[in-house]
Amino acid sequence: MTAPAKGADASAERRLNMIEAINEALDIMLARDPDVMIFGEDVGYFGGVFRATAGLQAKYGKTRVFDTPISECGIIAAAIGMGAYGLRPVAEIQFADYIYPGLDQIVSEAARIRYRSAGEYTAPLTVRSPFGGGIFGGQTHSQSPEAMFTHVAGLKTVIPSTPHDAKGLLIAAIEDNDPVIFFEPKRIYNGPFSGFYDRPVEPWKRHPDSVVPEGHYRIPLGEARRVSEGEAMTVLAYGTMVHVVDAVAREKGIDIDLLDLRTLVPLDIEAIARSVERTGRCMVVHEATRTSGFGAELAALVQERMFYHLEAPVMRVTGFDTPYPHSLEWAYFPGPVRIGEAMDRLLQD
Amino acid sequence: MAEQVQDTARGGGNRPALALHVPEPRYRPGDAVDFSHVRVSRAGEQARPDERCPASETHGLCTDLIRVLGEDDRAHGPWDPKLDADTLRTMLGHMALTRAFDERMFRGQRQGKTSFYMKCTGEEATSVSAAMALAGDDMVFPSYRQQGILISRGYPLVEMINQIYSNKGDALKGRQLPIMYSSKAHSFFTISGNLATQTPQAVGWAMASASKGDSRIAATWVGEGSTAEGDFHAACTFAAVYNAPVILNVVNNQWAISSFSGFAGGERATFAARAIGYGLAGLRVDGNDALAVYAAERWAADRARANAGPTLIEFFSYRAEGHSTSDDPAGYRSAHEREEWPLGDPIARLRDHLIALGEWDEDRQAAMDRSCAETVRAATKEAERNGILGHGLHQPFETMFEDVYETMPWHLAEQCAQSLREREVKFPEGLHGR
Ligand SMILES: Cc1ncc(C[n+]2csc(CCOP(=O)(O)OP(=O)(O)O)c2C)c(N)n1
Repeated sequence: MTAPAKGADASAERRLNMIEAINEALDIMLARDPDVMIFGEDVGYFGGVFRATAGLQAKYGKTRVFDTPISECGIIAAAIGMGAYGLRPVAEIQFADYIYPGLDQIVSEAARIRYRSAGEYTAPLTVRSPFGGGIFGGQTHSQSPEAMFTHVAGLKTVIPSTPHDAKGLLIAAIEDNDPVIFFEPKRIYNGPFSGFYDRPVEPWKRHPDSVVPEGHYRIPLGEARRVSEGEAMTVLAYGTMVHVVDAVAREKGIDIDLLDLRTLVPLDIEAIARSVERTGRCMVVHEATRTSGFGAELAALVQERMFYHLEAPVMRVTGFDTPYPHSLEWAYFPGPVRIGEAMDRLLQD
Repeated sequence: MAEQVQDTARGGGNRPALALHVPEPRYRPGDAVDFSHVRVSRAGEQARPDERCPASETHGLCTDLIRVLGEDDRAHGPWDPKLDADTLRTMLGHMALTRAFDERMFRGQRQGKTSFYMKCTGEEATSVSAAMALAGDDMVFPSYRQQGILISRGYPLVEMINQIYSNKGDALKGRQLPIMYSSKAHSFFTISGNLATQTPQAVGWAMASASKGDSRIAATWVGEGSTAEGDFHAACTFAAVYNAPVILNVVNNQWAISSFSGFAGGERATFAARAIGYGLAGLRVDGNDALAVYAAERWAADRARANAGPTLIEFFSYRAEGHSTSDDPAGYRSAHEREEWPLGDPIARLRDHLIALGEWDEDRQAAMDRSCAETVRAATKEAERNGILGHGLHQPFETMFEDVYETMPWHLAEQCAQSLREREVKFPEGLHGR
């Protein structure tokens, strides 16, 4: 089942922010599947430092929604063990910046268990984690480490950019039988972000994709979403940057074909090809550092497969190759100026 | 729930059904609090083994609680460090200054002068008294809650505030989250936001010092919640294997954000008792008793200096305030815990001790409090001349690209040029007044 058409019934007018949408997805999965377990640092009684699991322990009991020791290695490893038993664990890592102590369990274990046991064992876990900057979190609350995971065979990596998608993608991730890294752009938990940081914050309420249908729906992993249709260029983005790119293009009056990738692995290569073959120009935008970032993979794929349709080299707009700074956050962030300049250049080429 | 259990395949035979245990703290918001289950030993009753003793001789102390200051405000027993009144007053002053500093910085964050702050209220002794028991050039690897070490070592408050405000006077160039200080001149290692990483690093520093025949030791601090990280266990193993001259201080303030110490194993054993399994010396200490903290840290330092090995110390304390400016503990714990905490407040206890000795009085205390507040106020004013977070771009953009590597590679040089171009576009009139 995929997402019901928006506006299909009255309930479709319900508006949620991203945290509420994620909470609802978790709630639905706990109710539908007794094998779903949710755990992580501070997720139980307190409901998570971003409140994504608020109310769930009270509703489902503390053997299904619970706090853990501060050991990301233990959290991931326990999820793998529970998965081996037959449960469907959903682990929260408090910030993506703190996922590294669990990296061996993700890379060497979760990602390869199906392969090395010839399908005898699987690791059907979902690892949720807030990622990305824009909240003055300094270098340990701002990172975008998605490329570390897309580089690992056996993992799926999913990044929603709206409440509507967050719910449907999270349900799909939980129901998926492979390990899924689910990064939540924390900057847009409470509202889409245009990148114009000196303007007032927009709440989700006014955004069409804050309309979240009730009940269970799934957005299949591996399908990109077309955010805007245009002829000038294709822009590939995900997470917070979808909104920033959209705002910049509107501001500049450039009609871009904007794809929100939503799932990085497996990638919707067909949607990318359809768009790039039409526009002949392609820009990739991510907040993560540039070198060996996911943009490198995208640029390589586009060049390999769509070279003869291209009128200009594929362009990358990214965060700089430095740790995320505290006071110079907005100088670091790939904001409207960097993106706008790049759009101008890509159109000149 | 019972039905679900029956639905699940249960394995063969008539074996009994298993049940999952998930820890639960005794008190939640609104609950009345009774700490009578917390065993508080009598001050002065704990034996004090020789600093060079085999580690196993300390293991009884891992489940006891070393205390010096009694109900009578007097110092008791073999752990009494017998400090002179001037030293005690200095210790009191550092703790009071730490508290005054925390108050002001917390308020500053609320006033929008910075993004974040963390207090150490109620835990001042665990850093101030411990730091005073070390030599000034012993290397410390702190967590984020040991501002008391810097204050004890005379690091200027203005420097601390510059860092907190990420302003143009910030020695760390605005790169780090507030309170993530670093000062090599004060043998204070750069603080990481990633929990427990510093513990095995301290062991490595101590191994290096030992390998060079140096005389300096290392000490590290970590929260009880963070002892669950693998890094902490690596630290214990390496410390034991190499008999490293290091002190592993665990500050057990009962709470790790919203998770009580039971989520770090505290329901089953004390944190000091981890020393037993690793073969480390271990001490469990009343962390709100400034004299006991000093004495234990000094014991461990002397032991390390004598090549007699590492010590794991648990300071039993209580996090009197929220985890940070981002936290409201009213959402997960009873507000009465703080009032009922049986080990009291470290500053009040040391003050009362000095008064009992006839070396202090309420007037002098009031004067000290005023002077601490004034010192902090003056430092804040001075630091604010360098700016506050968000009001102005305090660091030149190029600084963002420095120190990533020793020398800047071509791709960073290009990105640096890009950032300068962006600055021209964003601020064509220059940065003045921004
Ligand atoms: C590796 C890692 N995981 C998670 C966090 C998020 N976090 C920051 S502080 C904290 C609680 C630490 O509690 P404790 O060790 O008891 O120290 P306390 O804050 O009580 O001093 C958590 C979970 C982090 N900073 N680093």
